[in-house]
Amino acid sequence: MVVGLLNANPIVYKKKERRARNVPTVIDEYAVEPIDEQEIFDYIRDIKDPEHPYSLEELKVVTEDSIEANDKQSYVRVTFTPTIEHCSMATLIGLCLRVKLMRSLPSRYKVDIRVAPGRHATEAEVNKQLNDKERVAAALENPNLLELVDSCLESTYA
Amino acid sequence: MEKPNSWIAHVEAFVDSARASNQQAASVDAIAVLVHEDLLTLEGLVREMEQYLTASDHVIRARGILLLSEVLSRLLEKPLDSRTVSSLVEFFTSKLEDWQALRGALIGCLALLKRTKKFGMVESNDAKSLAESFLRNVQVQSLAVRDRKLCFEVIQRLLDVYPQAVVELGDDLVYGICEAIDEEKDPRCLMLTFSLVGTLGRLFPDPSGPMGNFSSDVFDILSRYFPIYFTHSKGDGLDITRDDLSKALMDAFSSSPLFEPFVIPLLLEKLSSSLPSAKLDSLKYLNSCLRHYEADKVVKHSQVIWSNLKDVIFNLSPHRSSLSTYGSNGDMDSEVNQIADEALNCLQTAISHLNFPDQDSFLCLIIDDEDIGTRFWSVTSIKKYSGTSTEIHCQLSALGSILSIASKVSIYCCTKVFQKFFSCLMDILGVSGKHPSKLCVTDHNTCSDGLNFGALYLSMELLTSCRELTLSSKEFSPEVISEPRSSFYVLKNISRELCDALGSILETPESEEHVYCAVKGLQVLATFPEIYSPVSEATYEDILVMLMSIIARRSKETYLWELSLKALVQIGLWIENAHDSAKATSYNKLVIQRIVSMLQSNDSTISLSLKLVAISEISSIGLYLLRIVQAFEEAIVSNLRACFEGNLKSSDVLVPLLQCYSNQVLPRCHTCGNFNDIAVQVAVSIWNQIENVAVFRSSILMKDVLDQVMMTMKHLVAGCTEESQFLILQKAYGSLPKTFFIAEPLPCALSQLEGLQCIQDTTLMSCRDEWIFSLFGSVVIALRPQTPLVNVKILLNLFVVLLLKGNMLAAQALASMVNKWPADVNKSEISYSLDQAIEEILKSCLWTSESSSNFIDRDSCFHKNVVLGLAWIGKGLLMRGHEKLKEIAMLLLKCLVAGKYVDITPFQQHENGKDAGQDASSPLATFAADAFHVFLSDSEDCLNKKFHATIRPLYKQRFFSSMLPILLSSIKESDPSSKKVVLYRAFGHVISDTPLAAVVGEAKKIVPTLADALAMLSLDILNKDLIYSLLLVVSGILMDNNGKAIVLENVHTIISLLIKLISYPHLMIVRETAIQCLVAISALPYARIYPYRPQVLRAVSTALDDRKRVVRQEAVRCRQAW
Repeated sequence: MVVGLLNANPIVYKKKERRARNVPTVIDEYAVEPIDEQEIFDYIRDIKDPEHPYSLEELKVVTEDSIEANDKQSYVRVTFTPTIEHCSMATLIGLCLRVKLMRSLPSRYKVDIRVAPGRHATEAEVNKQLNDKERVAAALENPNLLELVDSCLESTYA
Repeated sequence: MEKPNSWIAHVEAFVDSARASNQQAASVDAIAVLVHEDLLTLEGLVREMEQYLTASDHVIRARGILLLSEVLSRLLEKPLDSRTVSSLVEFFTSKLEDWQALRGALIGCLALLKRTKKFGMVESNDAKSLAESFLRNVQVQSLAVRDRKLCFEVIQRLLDVYPQAVVELGDDLVYGICEAIDEEKDPRCLMLTFSLVGTLGRLFPDPSGPMGNFSSDVFDILSRYFPIYFTHSKGDGLDITRDDLSKALMDAFSSSPLFEPFVIPLLLEKLSSSLPSAKLDSLKYLNSCLRHYEADKVVKHSQVIWSNLKDVIFNLSPHRSSLSTYGSNGDMDSEVNQIADEALNCLQTAISHLNFPDQDSFLCLIIDDEDIGTRFWSVTSIKKYSGTSTEIHCQLSALGSILSIASKVSIYCCTKVFQKFFSCLMDILGVSGKHPSKLCVTDHNTCSDGLNFGALYLSMELLTSCRELTLSSKEFSPEVISEPRSSFYVLKNISRELCDALGSILETPESEEHVYCAVKGLQVLATFPEIYSPVSEATYEDILVMLMSIIARRSKETYLWELSLKALVQIGLWIENAHDSAKATSYNKLVIQRIVSMLQSNDSTISLSLKLVAISEISSIGLYLLRIVQAFEEAIVSNLRACFEGNLKSSDVLVPLLQCYSNQVLPRCHTCGNFNDIAVQVAVSIWNQIENVAVFRSSILMKDVLDQVMMTMKHLVAGCTEESQFLILQKAYGSLPKTFFIAEPLPCALSQLEGLQCIQDTTLMSCRDEWIFSLFGSVVIALRPQTPLVNVKILLNLFVVLLLKGNMLAAQALASMVNKWPADVNKSEISYSLDQAIEEILKSCLWTSESSSNFIDRDSCFHKNVVLGLAWIGKGLLMRGHEKLKEIAMLLLKCLVAGKYVDITPFQQHENGKDAGQDASSPLATFAADAFHVFLSDSEDCLNKKFHATIRPLYKQRFFSSMLPILLSSIKESDPSSKKVVLYRAFGHVISDTPLAAVVGEAKKIVPTLADALAMLSLDILNKDLIYSLLLVVSGILMDNNGKAIVLENVHTIISLLIKLISYPHLMIVRETAIQCLVAISALPYARIYPYRPQVLRAVSTALDDRKRVVRQEAVRCRQAW
């Protein structure tokens, strides 16, 4: 099956500099640094888009503002914006996000991944699919799909 | 032709194309050697090879010719008579027709052409016929790359060596070359073709000659390559970069003015390309062409060139909007900035080359450009910097650079620019030379509506470039200045008012940009060369006063303050460089005196630290260094006295003062040469102060002051020569309290020592004595090895006694003495060999430690002193590689093993918490273990390069390899776990302080013990730093190939250890490093580590929830790796 690119010519934005955290001069060995939005963004910003050699950050699929994290309640919500409305890759991007966060966050976390409201044709369906534990697990059983996801995540472990 | 058979075999080997290539090369070499040594004549060779050279089978013929040519190219240094050369040339020339054997013919021609006159070279008519034959017969572009390259080399050689001969060929030659280079694509060949064209341009300068006829064709061929598009990666082995190619093409372009009608339009067209690299290249080419072509040829393009350059400069001027990049080159490497810089370079070339005083010069184009005029007015109408857009600011900086470039070119240009713009600027700024009486009014006006920043900026640019012009122009004519229209004259008239205006800007600064410009302006005005100087003596002094008052009173405004300081330093350095005595006096009077008096007085307007910053900056001016050093000395001495008298405030002053002195000012004295005198003087006066004070008023020791004074003393002494050191030493020795010598001059009477020990237990040393001994110790520490000591015995004794009292410095001084002990006793006055001395020391120490074994618990503090003292002395010995070290090391080891007062297991220690853990286990053993750390670590305080220690190369490695087996065996033997802890501690110190390379070499023995040590030590929180350094050793071993194999053998223990350390609560870097080690382990063979996978993953997933972010990130990486 030969399919043309869904979005042949996406707009590529500039990467933001990685913000350096202001490290306190006197390091308190026992102070707690909670998991925050920036940390989560750092995890997912380098995920490669499934159909282009750009990162999700460059395509503005995810931004730091679209992440909501609460360390105390162990809750993360990521809202992502597919580049075009009918993008069938949306589920795949969502799956990549989910797998990446699953592997990067402690198990106490509940991760919620959503398409930005009004930015996708089958928004509800995609949301449902992404947040269904069973379906995510089933998807990861599929070796082809897993390979695809892993190839997208590869660049995040640099 | 002694052995004809032997070399004929070589010929056969070469001609036979089935043989291996190295065999063929060997046979060529062999024949070349035979010919070179005259065992075989060339004629003979040729005659014998006739059957090959003229064979009808083209393969054999080609090989034969190739052999001959290869032999020739190896015989460049062999003298040949002209007949031989000529016949060979004839032969190869004729063979150029033979396309099947062309390669050999080309190599042969090249080899012959490369010959030099000394060894017989080709005649020029032969060369000419060669060239003719070449042009007639060789179709260069149909050949392979290798052969094409040869062809170009042949042509190049012909052009370079026989220009007369080939020039006669005229049109044919140029046409032939055109044909040859057409459509060339290989970069190696391109480099050659570009230089060919360059040479052609030089050979045929005549516009009506052959080059004139073909110039459009040649350029047509060349222009296809511009701009160079080069995609080869670095590793292609060609060793040619885009820059090389671009440079070569540029030389070709600018080689002949005949290209001018084609080049300049092309360059200007490409200048408007959107590709930055094309822009950059065209600017570079344009620059080079302007330089090389005659001015009258290019001048007709000047209008177009200017408008293009103007576009580039105004559109791509670097953003200097943010303050950080203001004046400094923030990120100047970006392409845009490069382009802008190149455009300005080009502009400068254009102005200086297209400069005709009588007609319209390039400069007039710029000055009279209406566009520039309108921009000038729009830019100078900016009132406030902060409110304007970056666009306007870019325009401002572009305009500024254009004007400054223009005025930098020559005095004539400078005058022109000044006439046109400077007076306008001054009017805008409200400064006018004509009405000095109205000055106050105008000043007032400008201040009230905000000073015009654009005008300020531009006038500063002009001033700066005017100054640079005076620096670069060699010839000086007085009429330049006195001529009323010249820029200098204008400046001179206006400088007074300008200064005042700038000063008033600084009074009430509007923004940092204003401050920057104003300070810069003052600095520029003050640093003109004497003869050109626009400012009068009085104005100059006013500038200094202005800047100084900022330094003295306005330290709160950091930016202004720093800039003023920098400007002052620059002015000072300028005086030093220009040897301007008149200015030097006023600088001295106005700046140095005031700065010095600031140091002495206690005014609160400026904080001490800022004062010190200012003064240390100023001290970089060599001229005044001496004065400043004196001021420092006075301040130090007076503060020291106050300290002794119990003035706590001056101790606060003294510490930073001394810090600044020893870190900033003293190193500068080194470069000035008179360090010795200064140091001796300061050191002696410090000692005098101490002598003068009989008793310290304050009972507090003032530890920080003492430390700093000691450090300064060390620096002072360390920098001196032997003689000066001896002087200081004698002075110090004389200051030692006499009572001490009376009390114990005798060598080590045990009873007396015992008695002394009791005394010191009861009565503390007086504060003053403590100071004296510490300072004396610092003097001794910093001595050079060659400096003779006085009364060595007494000194030794003194230090031993002090050491037993717990003075760490005495131990260090003792160690330095031992370390620098002269190796040859007879030469020096010391009647005492090193061995004896050590015996002595050991006797006194050992005695105490032996007796101590009876009452360890009573006097642990005392033993600590002994052990630490021994450690330092041992280090001194170790560094010079002395035998006696063994004794000391064994002694310490005995302490380690002999600690019998240990009943508490480490587990209980841990529960008991910090204090119990420390005190309950045998403290002596712990100190002994730490002694190993002292042995191997580098110390800042003593025994280092700075303080002239004798350091034997690789001493750490030596110690490591001798101690390791002993430690390992004693660890194995020792039984109770508590004893093991200290042994592990010693072991840990030894391996973590030894250079990693040595440790990795011994990895096989170490790794199991290392793992045990880590496991054991991690139970006590106090060991956290040690654990970290041990983990670093582990990761070092993991990085090594050899080490990996050994880790693999112990993979089970190591992995479980690392997993435990992942949750080490006390130090984040330990956790981080442990995870990194696990990542490294994941690269080991899969089959071996697979069984541990679940275990590791479980441990890492808990680390995902670590307190620290860094650890979490490492954990994510590790999880992925496993």
